[in-house]
Amino acid sequence: MTQNKQHHLNTLSEIRSLMERSSRFISLSGLSGVVAGTIALLGAIVAYIYLEVTPFDQQRIYYVEAPSATKWGMNFIQFFFLDAAVVLVTALSAGVFLTTRKAKQKGLKVWDATSKRLLINLLIPLITGGIFCLALLYHRFLGFVAPTTLIFYGLALVNASKFTLNDIRYLGISEIILGLIALFYLGYGLEFWAIGFGILHIFYGAIMYFKYERNEAVTV
Amino acid sequence: MKNIIVNLNKTFDHRVRLGIMSILMVNDWVDFKTLKEMLEVTDGRLASHIKALEAEAFIEVRKQFLGRKPNTSYSATVSGRKAFNDHLDALEKLLKMRD
Repeated sequence: MTQNKQHHLNTLSEIRSLMERSSRFISLSGLSGVVAGTIALLGAIVAYIYLEVTPFDQQRIYYVEAPSATKWGMNFIQFFFLDAAVVLVTALSAGVFLTTRKAKQKGLKVWDATSKRLLINLLIPLITGGIFCLALLYHRFLGFVAPTTLIFYGLALVNASKFTLNDIRYLGISEIILGLIALFYLGYGLEFWAIGFGILHIFYGAIMYFKYERNEAVTV
Repeated sequence: MKNIIVNLNKTFDHRVRLGIMSILMVNDWVDFKTLKEMLEVTDGRLASHIKALEAEAFIEVRKQFLGRKPNTSYSATVSGRKAFNDHLDALEKLLKMRD
C-alpha cells in the first residue's frame, strides 16, 4: 500500500508538472532582469552626463536643455535614439541569451507553443503603446511619453504573466503604478524611466533568481 | 473503499494517457507534434493512446491544413474533463486514506 501511495504521489506530481510546462513558459531567466535593469541604469547615467544634469535636480530641465543640447557630435534627438537603441538591443540580447541557457539547463525548448503565446500576448499592448507614444511625439506631448511607456509596458507584462512565471504580474503592476504616478510629475521622465526599467527590473529579477535559479545553478 | 476504486478510471491507467489529458486540461487545442515533444514518446505510441482516448470520447480531433501541411490538433471534451477530474479526486482520496 505504501508503495502504491508513492506511485500515486508520483503520478500527481507528474500531472502537475505537465500542466505547468505545457501552459506556461517557465524558463524565463531572473538573471536577465538584473542584467537588463543594470543596462537601463547605465543608459540613464549616460543621458544625465549628456544633458549635464543630476537626477531630481530641476524639474522640466529637459525641455529647456535638451532641444539646444549638442554634444559628442550629436544633437539631442540623435543621442536619445542612439542611447535608447543601444540599451534596448543589449538588454534584449542578454535576456534572450540567459533565457536560452536556462531552458537548455532544464532540457526544455525555448521556441515552443508557450513562448510563442507569451510573446504574442506581450506584444499586443506593447505595440499599441509604442504607436500611442509615436502619436504623442507627433503632437509634441513630449512629457507624456515616459509615463505612457511605463503604463503600457506594465499592462503588457500583466497580460503576458498568465503565460509565464507569476512574478511578472507583480512587476507589471509595479510598472503601471509607477507610470500613473509619473503622469502627475511630468518632467521627471528620465528618473521614472530609470526606476521603472532599471531598479524594478533588478529588484524583481533578483527575486526570481533567488526563487527559481540559485538552487538549480548549484546542482546543474 | 470500493467506491474509490470504481472512480479510478481504467482508461487513464497509463502514464501517456494521463499525460495527454493533463496537457489538454490546461490548453485549448494542442497539435500532435507538441504532444509528442512534451511527452517524449514515439509517434506510434502516442497515436495508439490518442485513439484509446478518442474511443471513449474524452478528446476530440480537428484536422486542418496549415498552408500545405496537414495539422491535427486535439482538445479535451466536456465528458473527458469530467472523467479526468473524477479520476484525480479518486487519486487524492486514495492518498488521504491511511495505509
